[in-house]
Amino acid sequence: MKVARAGWWFVAPALMVLAVFFFIPVLAAFAMSLTDFDLYALADYDNLRFVGFHNYVTLLTQPLFWKALGNTFYFVILGVPLSLGASLGAALLVNSKLARFKNVYRTIYFAPVVTTMVAVAVVWRYIFHTRYGFLNYVLGWFGIDPIDWMGDPHWSMPAIVILAIWKNFGYNMIILLAALQSIPEDLYEAARIDGASGWQLFRHVTLPGLAPVLLLVSILTMTGYFQLFAEPYVMTEGGPLQSTLSVLYFMYEEGFKWWSLGRASAVAFLLFVLMFAITLLQLRLARRQVNA
Amino acid sequence: MSRGSSLQLSRRTVLAGLAGAAVSGCGGTRSKEVVRFWAFGREGEATAELLEEFHARHPDTEVEIQRLPWISAHEKLLTAYAGETLPDVCQLGNTWVPEFAALDALEPIDEAVRTSGIVEQQDFFEGTFNANRIDSVLYGIPWYVDTRLLYYRTDLLKQAGFDHPPADWAEWSAMMGAIKSLVGPDRYSVLLPLNEFEPLLVLALQQPSELLRDEGRWGNFRSPDFHRTLSFYADIFERGWAPRMSNTQLSNVWDEFGNGLFSFYISGPWNIAEFNKRMPAELKDAWMTAPMPGPEGPGLSSAGGGALVVMKTARNKEGAWKLIEYLSEPQTQQRFYELTGNIPPRRTSWQLPALERSPYARAYYTQLDRLRSPPKVPEWERIVTEMRLASERVVYGRATVDGATVQLDATTDAILEKRRWMMSRGGGKA
Repeated sequence: MKVARAGWWFVAPALMVLAVFFFIPVLAAFAMSLTDFDLYALADYDNLRFVGFHNYVTLLTQPLFWKALGNTFYFVILGVPLSLGASLGAALLVNSKLARFKNVYRTIYFAPVVTTMVAVAVVWRYIFHTRYGFLNYVLGWFGIDPIDWMGDPHWSMPAIVILAIWKNFGYNMIILLAALQSIPEDLYEAARIDGASGWQLFRHVTLPGLAPVLLLVSILTMTGYFQLFAEPYVMTEGGPLQSTLSVLYFMYEEGFKWWSLGRASAVAFLLFVLMFAITLLQLRLARRQVNA
Repeated sequence: MSRGSSLQLSRRTVLAGLAGAAVSGCGGTRSKEVVRFWAFGREGEATAELLEEFHARHPDTEVEIQRLPWISAHEKLLTAYAGETLPDVCQLGNTWVPEFAALDALEPIDEAVRTSGIVEQQDFFEGTFNANRIDSVLYGIPWYVDTRLLYYRTDLLKQAGFDHPPADWAEWSAMMGAIKSLVGPDRYSVLLPLNEFEPLLVLALQQPSELLRDEGRWGNFRSPDFHRTLSFYADIFERGWAPRMSNTQLSNVWDEFGNGLFSFYISGPWNIAEFNKRMPAELKDAWMTAPMPGPEGPGLSSAGGGALVVMKTARNKEGAWKLIEYLSEPQTQQRFYELTGNIPPRRTSWQLPALERSPYARAYYTQLDRLRSPPKVPEWERIVTEMRLASERVVYGRATVDGATVQLDATTDAILEKRRWMMSRGGGKA
C-alpha cells in the first residue's frame, strides 16, 4: 500500500504538468467544440450557445472540409514517400566511401531545414514562375512546355510537395545518416565475401539495419506532413481554387481569421483522431513486418 | 479594405513592422501621461515621424507607438481584445469597424466631433465619414482613403485607337477587346488578380442593389444586379482579356505593367508612388489613373481606408482624442501623404501643391465624391472572401454564374445565422 502511494507521489509532478498543459487544454478545447464560440461570444458570454455535435455534423457535410482533407491526404501520400526517398538517397550519397567533403554536403543539405519559410517562399516563387522560373527553364531543355505551377489547380499541390521535400529532407537525412553509420561494417564484409551485389547489399543489409529508424522517421514525417500549413500559407494562400488548402490551414482560417473557435476546435479534434488512427495502423503494420 | 491581401505589399510592411517593434520598445520618462497608439505597416512608420511636432505642442503627453505588421494586425487586435490589452487609440481598417463595434470595443465619438474645432465633418468627403458610422453612431475618424480605381497604359490604349479612359462598362469592354487583338495571345488587357476580392467588389457596389438584404440578415447575391456584375467579370476572363492569375504568381506587378502584360489594373492610391518609382524610364509618361467606369457612366468605388478609433477601455481618452485631432489637421495629413502616399479624406488637405499638381491623384479626387461602403456587418470580411471564391470557381469554369450565386447565397445565409439569432433576441444589437 505504502509503496503504491509513494509511487503516486513520485509521478505527481509530471502528472500535474501534463494535466495543466495537456489534459485540461484538450478537455477545454473539446468543450469548446460543442459550442458556437465566436466573435459575439467573445463580446458577451450570453451569446454562447451549446450546440452539441452540430459543429462536427456541419463539418462532415461541408464539401470544403472534405476537399481540405483530400488535399492533405494527397500531400501526405505523394510527399512522405518522396521525402523519405530523397532523405535516404542523400544519406547514402553522403555516407558513401567515395564521397569527399562529407561535412560540407551535410551542412548544405541541412541548410533548408533551418532557413526561414518566408525567405524560402520568396525564392521559390521565382523558381516556380511560369515565365522566368528556373524550374520551367530546366524543363524546357527536355522539351517540356512551361507549367503554370502556382496558377493551375492541378500543379499547385505538386509544387507545394516539391517545396516541402526540399525544405525537409535534410532533417531526416541527418537521422538516417547516423543510423547508416551504426550498421556494423563486418556485416557488409561478410555479405561481400558471400558474393552479394551492390543492390543485394542495400536490400539485405542496409535496409534491415535501418528498419527501426525508418519506421520512426516515417511516423514523424507523416505526422509532420499531416500538419501542412506554412507552405501554402506563404506560397498560395490555399489557392488556386482551394487546391492547396490543408486541414490545418482550414482550421487556422476558421479559428484565427474568422474567429469561429467552436468550429476550429472541432476541426482540431477530427484531425487528432485521424492522425492517431493512422499512427496506430502504421505501428501495427510495422509490428507485423518485424514478426514476419 | 486593408491591404493585407496583397502579398507584395505585406512583405514590405512585415519588415517595416518588425523594424518598428524593435524601436518602439524604448519608452520615454514615466512621469508624463501616456497615450498608447497602435498603427500598422507603413502608416505606423510614418506616424512615428509625425509625432515630434505633437510632442512639442503637448509636452506633458507621451505617445507610445506600437507598430504591427498588416498581415497579422487583425489577429493581434482580437487577441488583445480577448486579453484586455487594447491600446488607447488605434488605426483600424474600415471593414473592421463593424466587427469591433459589435464587440463593444469602440468609444462612440459623435460628441467629441461636435465639440471639436479641428475635426470638421463638412470638410471630409461624405463617403469616408459614413464608412465609420454603424447604425448612425460614429466610431472612427477617417485617416486616409483607400479606394480603388483604374490604372491604365495610355500608350497602348492610344495604339488601340482610344485617347481617353473608359466612361462606362460598354466602352471599357470595347477597349479591352481592341487591346487584346493588339497585344496578341501572350498578353492581356486587364489584370484582375484572382486572390483579390476588391475588383469584383467595386464592380458589385456600382449596381444599385444591396449585397445583403433585410439589414444584413440574408445574402442578396442572387439579385439580377449581382448576376450582371459577375457575368461581366467572368466574361472578361472568358474572352481572354484577363489572365487567370493571382498576385502571388506575378512576383512583380509593376514590371509586368511596364512589360505590357496588361493595360488596365484596378488598384489603390499607394500604387501611384510605386508606379512612379518602378516604371522603366522610357515609359514614365505612358500611364495614367482614371475614375472607375460604371455600368452606365461614371461608377462608384468602395469606401475603404483607415480610421482612427478610441477604445472603450482606453485609460487616457482625452490624450487619445488630442492625438486624433492632431493627426486630422490638414497640415499633418499633408505630411502624412508625403511620407506614405496615402490620400487624405479632407478636402482642405488636398490643397497641397504636390497633390494638386499630381495628375495621378486627380482621378482619386474625383472618385472620392462617388464612394459606397460595403455592407457593415461583422461577418463581411468572411462573406466577401466567399464571394471571391465563388467568382474564382466561375472563372475556372467549375460553376455557372447561376449556380455560383445560389450557392454563395446559401453560404452567406449560413454565415449570418448567428447574426439573425442575435438580432431576433436582442432587438438588433449587432
